[in-house]
Amino acid sequence: MNEFVRGGLYGGGIIVGIMSSLLFVLWAERKMAARMQSRIGPNIIDPTGFLQAMSDVLKLLQKEDIIPEKADRALFNLAPVFGAAAALAVAAVVPFSASIVGADLDVGVLYLLAVGAVSVLPVFAAGWGSNNKFALLGAMRAIAQSVSYEVPLVLAALVPVMLAGSMKVSDIVAWQASHHWLVVWPFFLGVPAFVLFMLAMLAESNRIPFDIPEAESELVAGITTEYSGMKFGLFYMTEYLHTVIASAVAASLFLGGFDGPGGPGIWWMVIKTFVLVVAIYWLRWSLLRFRSDQLMALCWRWLVPSGVVLVVATALWVVFAA
Amino acid sequence: MPSGLALLAFLLVAVAMAGTLLVVSMILRVVSTRNEPLKKQTYECGEVPSGLAWVRFHARYYVVALFFVLFDIETAFLLPWATIVREAGAGGLVAVGSFVVVLMLGWVWATRKGALQWQ
Repeated sequence: MNEFVRGGLYGGGIIVGIMSSLLFVLWAERKMAARMQSRIGPNIIDPTGFLQAMSDVLKLLQKEDIIPEKADRALFNLAPVFGAAAALAVAAVVPFSASIVGADLDVGVLYLLAVGAVSVLPVFAAGWGSNNKFALLGAMRAIAQSVSYEVPLVLAALVPVMLAGSMKVSDIVAWQASHHWLVVWPFFLGVPAFVLFMLAMLAESNRIPFDIPEAESELVAGITTEYSGMKFGLFYMTEYLHTVIASAVAASLFLGGFDGPGGPGIWWMVIKTFVLVVAIYWLRWSLLRFRSDQLMALCWRWLVPSGVVLVVATALWVVFAA
Repeated sequence: MPSGLALLAFLLVAVAMAGTLLVVSMILRVVSTRNEPLKKQTYECGEVPSGLAWVRFHARYYVVALFFVLFDIETAFLLPWATIVREAGAGGLVAVGSFVVVLMLGWVWATRKGALQWQ
């Protein structure tokens, strides 16, 4: 029972921490996007624009909740909750510092890949439950994309597992602390694996340049078309959660996690995660989106074989060189 | 297994946290007193909705799902080996290598057949 209470307390702390960091991420993204487009960005509610993010959350909480009469009510109502919960669940195995970790599973990497794959179910529940053609199209595209990019994601995540010889995320961080960060040495394995992981992760969380499921010029708003109020807000939040948590996972697996010059600590994890999040939003506001068929071709014809080559190369390195 | 309980607690907190947001919104949100049937209609760009959206789908999605299962099983076999690459040594490398070669032969065949092309 003790372990249960501890997991709940740490889980609560980590989840509240991540959710409140979303306000900051939202503000940073808006300001950055504004600067990139030669605008000022939100500055009416207060000069920095930070309160704008909070006021938007409050606004979403107050909005009327409309459920279409033809919708499958159970699926329609449960999808946003389980979508957000599935996104948060990935954070359970990420060590934010030596002691701050929800549940340091022995099969951590397997767990986070599995839970990452589960997050297509709420997406399909939302698309099917809405009984809306745009939503269904968006959901089908999202699933095709997510399950396809799951394969290069797993292959890229195999590289740190093979080098560290453990699926426990804290072991991988410890291995990097005692050797080198994975992107530093062996960089010819670490850097391609990191790039592959980030690409697949962007596609998994449906971000530009892989955001076809919500291509607003053709699909209105994809799966969120019929959603209003806080249920829409939860989907919106889930997208940010995916970005932040996947950045934290990438930071742990490839960038040394909470370890860094001047001693390990949670601040390293925060800095690394935030740098990755900024990089993702930089991409988001710089690039166009792919077409559906280009996206699938990129995954199956280029990323999957390069992932396999990478795994074999890592095995050769581990057996014969390291 | 101690960390299993911790994980269970974490998952419960995650679901509770997401649910709490909906409950808070249930308390704060405005409720329309007028009954407007148009508001509850399915959105189809302002036109009268034609039929349900629960329709059959293009088979290419099925092919993608099949490939996913195929490669996911492959990675399920690779993951346990990945933790003992060093201990398994050259013998393990040959075993897994031959497995991967067979799999990639299948990939080459599928690419030639155009199964992975979405046009």
